[in-house]
This record gives sequence, structure tokens and C-alpha cells, in this order.
Amino acid sequence: MKYRFELIVSLKEGLLDPQGKAVQEALPTLGWDNVSEVRVGKHIELLVESDSRMEARSQVEEMARKFLSNPVIEDFVILVADTVQPAKGPR
Amino acid sequence: MKPRVAVVTFPGSLDDRDALRAVALMGGDPVAAWHADRDLRGADAVILPGGFSYGDYLRTGAIARFAPVMAAVREYADEGRPVLGVCNGFQILCEVGLLPGALIRNRTLSFVCRWIHVRTEGPTEASAGLAGGEVLQVPIKHGEGQFVASQEEMGRIEAQGLVAMRYCAPDGTIDERFNPNGSAHNIAGLHNETGNVLGMMPHPEHAVDPDLGPTGGHAVFHWLLSAARDRVHA
Repeated sequence: MKYRFELIVSLKEGLLDPQGKAVQEALPTLGWDNVSEVRVGKHIELLVESDSRMEARSQVEEMARKFLSNPVIEDFVILVADTVQPAKGPR
Repeated sequence: MKPRVAVVTFPGSLDDRDALRAVALMGGDPVAAWHADRDLRGADAVILPGGFSYGDYLRTGAIARFAPVMAAVREYADEGRPVLGVCNGFQILCEVGLLPGALIRNRTLSFVCRWIHVRTEGPTEASAGLAGGEVLQVPIKHGEGQFVASQEEMGRIEAQGLVAMRYCAPDGTIDERFNPNGSAHNIAGLHNETGNVLGMMPHPEHAVDPDLGPTGGHAVFHWLLSAARDRVHA
């Protein structure tokens, strides 16, 4: 079975996010002056072939911890998307 | 015998040729190594040069960590041989875990390319790091050079004297106004506990030839070559 996951990686809260700040500062110039706490992160999609969703999820967590995020500066959230039936192929 | 210094070229490295030339100018025997190599051609020391290895994909230095040559680099670090990471090389050393902390986008968001000053901090008694108390004029050119670490990690870095150099005024005063990228504690370079691994954002390899400008890079190559020479005679 193939399981689809999404991973959101963002800079840790204590760290200044210069990209988020730049985006936030650009918004009022376009008339949107009611936005705050803008943070820019990364979105990673993965399709994992595994015997169970649990197993696939724990693998994604390990990959996120060891490679897809840098625990020194980033936090991550795993979102579980759909299960892909082998017959259907991707998407 | 001249100490042999390997310079690793990753896909996307930019400063490998300047690093090779600087090694030769400073009295070493440069040897080019490739990211897919399994060994460092019998070198006594190794340089990870600046650039954008693997396009900086995912994070700076993140993919380079898995290059076959990195196993040999780690071995060098563990054996006490000198390892110098410059700019992208520094970012790689942090990603590999040979140095603490990480480098993120400059606080100003802009790429900085100019000559700056750093002041070296003395090595701890346990290490044979770069000599301290010198003000070096060296260039920087990076978009992601802001050094960060957690509060505890920063406490450990300072307590163990791992800071190799800090951004400073031309007279050597450590001042936030002369911090070009927002690095914590003005940190421009770090060494490991044993002093044989040095990572720095400024480019010593661009500052060795008096015909081309200031020579703040000399101190760094003196350290690298003398540490490598000690290995040759050990």
C-alpha cells in the first residue's frame, strides 16, 4: 500500500524568520494592513510504500527528524493525506 | 615535505579553485578531490570550499552531508586532522554535526558581499585552534550566514571557548554595528572541542595574495598548514 504524507517544516518559534517578516512588511503596501505573525516554511509531499499507515508514518517522522528538517532551527508537522490503492497509481 | 591539502569539489562548489591556489601560495601541496571520492588522496588536511553545493536544495549543506566523500571528512575530523569549512563548507560542517548550531538567512534578507573584519579568539588549552587576538580583514559573500543555536547550545559554545572568530570593527572592537548578518554573539567562525575542525563564513582563500588586496586569510592558512605539518611529522 502507498500512503501519502505532507510535511510542513517551519523555523522554530524563538527564531526570527526574515522571510516571514519581509512578506509581512510587504502586505500593507498592497492594502492588507491587518495581517501579523507571517511565517514562511516548507511544504514537502511524500508517497511512502509500506505495510501499514502506522509504519509509514513513523518512517516519515524519522526522515523528518534526521534529514528533512534541521532540529537545531526547525520544527515539523506531519499531515496524513490519502491512501493510494496500488491499482490506481499515483494521484 | 609540504603538507598535502585536499580541496573537495561538490556539484555547485565555487571557491574550490581559489582554495587550491591559496594552499599552493601559502606553501602547501594542493590536491583536488571530488564529492564522489571515497578517500582524500592521502592528504594531511581537507578544505570544504564555498559555493552552493547541490543548489542549496532543502537547506544549505543538507544534501552535501550524504556525499560519499563526507565519510572520509568525518574520519579526518575524528582522527584530529585539520578540517576547514568555508562558507558553504561551514554550513556543511554544521549539518553533519561536526560543529554546533546552524546558519540561516541573513537578518537583513539581503546577500552581503564585502570586506569585513573579524577578531580571532584564542584556542582553549585543550585544543590547537587558530591563534587568538588578531584582527583579520577578509571578504564575506553569502545570503545565509546568520549563525544561530539554542540558548543552551550557545551557553556551551561560549563556556567551552568554541568561538574561533567574531565580526568586529576595524580596530577589533566587538560591536553589533559591525555584524553583517545578525549572527548570534557576532560569531563568524567556530571550532570543535579539539580545535582541529574550523568553520567560518568569511573567505580566507580570497585574502592571501598581496597583489589582490588584504591578506587576512594568511592566519587561517598558517593554522591549517602548521596543523597539517604536525600530522606529517607525527
